[in-house]
Amino acid sequence: MAAVIIPSPVSELRSFVKSQSGQDVLRCYQCGKCTAGCPVAYAMDLGPRQIMRGIQLGLKQEVLQSSTIWLCVFCQTCSVRCPQEIDIARVMESLRILAIAEKGKPAEKDVELFHRLFIAIVERRGRIHELELGVRYNLQGWHPLANVGLLPSMLAKGKMPILAPKVKASAEIKKLFAAARAVEAKLEGKQR
Amino acid sequence: MTERVYAYYPGCTLQSTAKEYDVSARLVCNELGIELRELEDWTCCGASSAHSMSQLLGLALPARELQLAEEMGLPLVAPCAMCYFRLKFAAHDLVDETTLTTVREVLAKDFRNAAEVVHLLEVVAEDKETMLSKLKKSLAGMRVACYYGCLLVRPRDILDFDDEENPQMMDGLMEMLGAESIDWSFKTECCGASLPLSRPDIVLRLSHRILSQAKQLGADCIVVACPMCHSNLDSHQNEMKAKYNDGVGLPVLYFTQLLGLALGFSAKQLHLDKHLTDTGPMLENKGLA
Repeated sequence: MAAVIIPSPVSELRSFVKSQSGQDVLRCYQCGKCTAGCPVAYAMDLGPRQIMRGIQLGLKQEVLQSSTIWLCVFCQTCSVRCPQEIDIARVMESLRILAIAEKGKPAEKDVELFHRLFIAIVERRGRIHELELGVRYNLQGWHPLANVGLLPSMLAKGKMPILAPKVKASAEIKKLFAAARAVEAKLEGKQR
Repeated sequence: MTERVYAYYPGCTLQSTAKEYDVSARLVCNELGIELRELEDWTCCGASSAHSMSQLLGLALPARELQLAEEMGLPLVAPCAMCYFRLKFAAHDLVDETTLTTVREVLAKDFRNAAEVVHLLEVVAEDKETMLSKLKKSLAGMRVACYYGCLLVRPRDILDFDDEENPQMMDGLMEMLGAESIDWSFKTECCGASLPLSRPDIVLRLSHRILSQAKQLGADCIVVACPMCHSNLDSHQNEMKAKYNDGVGLPVLYFTQLLGLALGFSAKQLHLDKHLTDTGPMLENKGLA
């Protein structure tokens, strides 16, 4: 017999989502319009509607270990079509942030790696350097030959600069990142 | 005529994978009397990753650019739909005083969140009279599929750009240039966004659906206003041929490039030879080469 889960009026997961995204997931009545319109739903282990239900029920592990939160590309088709006006894309965003904070193993480790490396390069350089992102992504993800098929034509067309962009404000950006971390730590401390 | 001056935020990709968008945008704006003053020492807005890693960073990075525009006292124009979205989204969230105070602390600068954010397409499409007076070539005989993607139009209550499901701004522009813009249902379907490295299979599938519908409806090319959409639709057509046994062979152009052709610039000036899917045969066929 399948387990019966009774939604608890207080859910840590639901409160987190609400504080981060401003969205009250309890409003969801499971119509499924989000999943129906989601262009990536076919590739997800749980559809967006199931994620919403998972949050309502406080199924934290199931939600945070889903591929869904990483495959959501923030296209916002769900958000603008939701009859209850829940911004589902923002909910997904808050779940990614929580999953990172909890340091669990992401279901889509390459997507997480991409975002992490992207941000690390921006922190160091101030702007993205595509070639560096690609090289680091391939080496650190243990798939050295991934996506290299396009490289020769990109290089030939001048679409993939070999040298990183020169950014005078790179020191300022490093400071900005440090300040953001400090402020976030302070806010977290206050919440506790 | 009123002076049309904007702070210009090219964004990272316009220096690399979408160089041709930057080149064509500057050419057409100059021709139309729109002055673009590039933000001095601009940095990344955080798209497509910052907002997924930290909410505060997702706001502070675009806020830095908003602050630069505010200092210049000019509206901020972004040609990239992702940058446009992140900038406008941040400006919207920063209306909240508490959020603004927090972000101000991170920026360590006087920042009032006063800059207006617009997309390049709005700026270009606004002054129809000047445009009509400058047109040198008609795009008559060309069937185009205008593709808006996600971040230019959703959500309307924040962006207030155009209709979320059936936008018309680019179609109107193309019709003005003499082209026929087709009516199709994939205008705002997602191309796969930032997944080309990590889940290329998804990008291939979503982008192929878009391309093949445009092709089935007899479009000669797809027109876009976003470097991410462009890259996803333009770069992988050979892989699609291998995977789906369907050689789409449909050129994908920036709206600034088609406008540039109509304004009399050459294909070479507009970097139309920089796309991975060859635009040559189509341009020749239409007498635009």
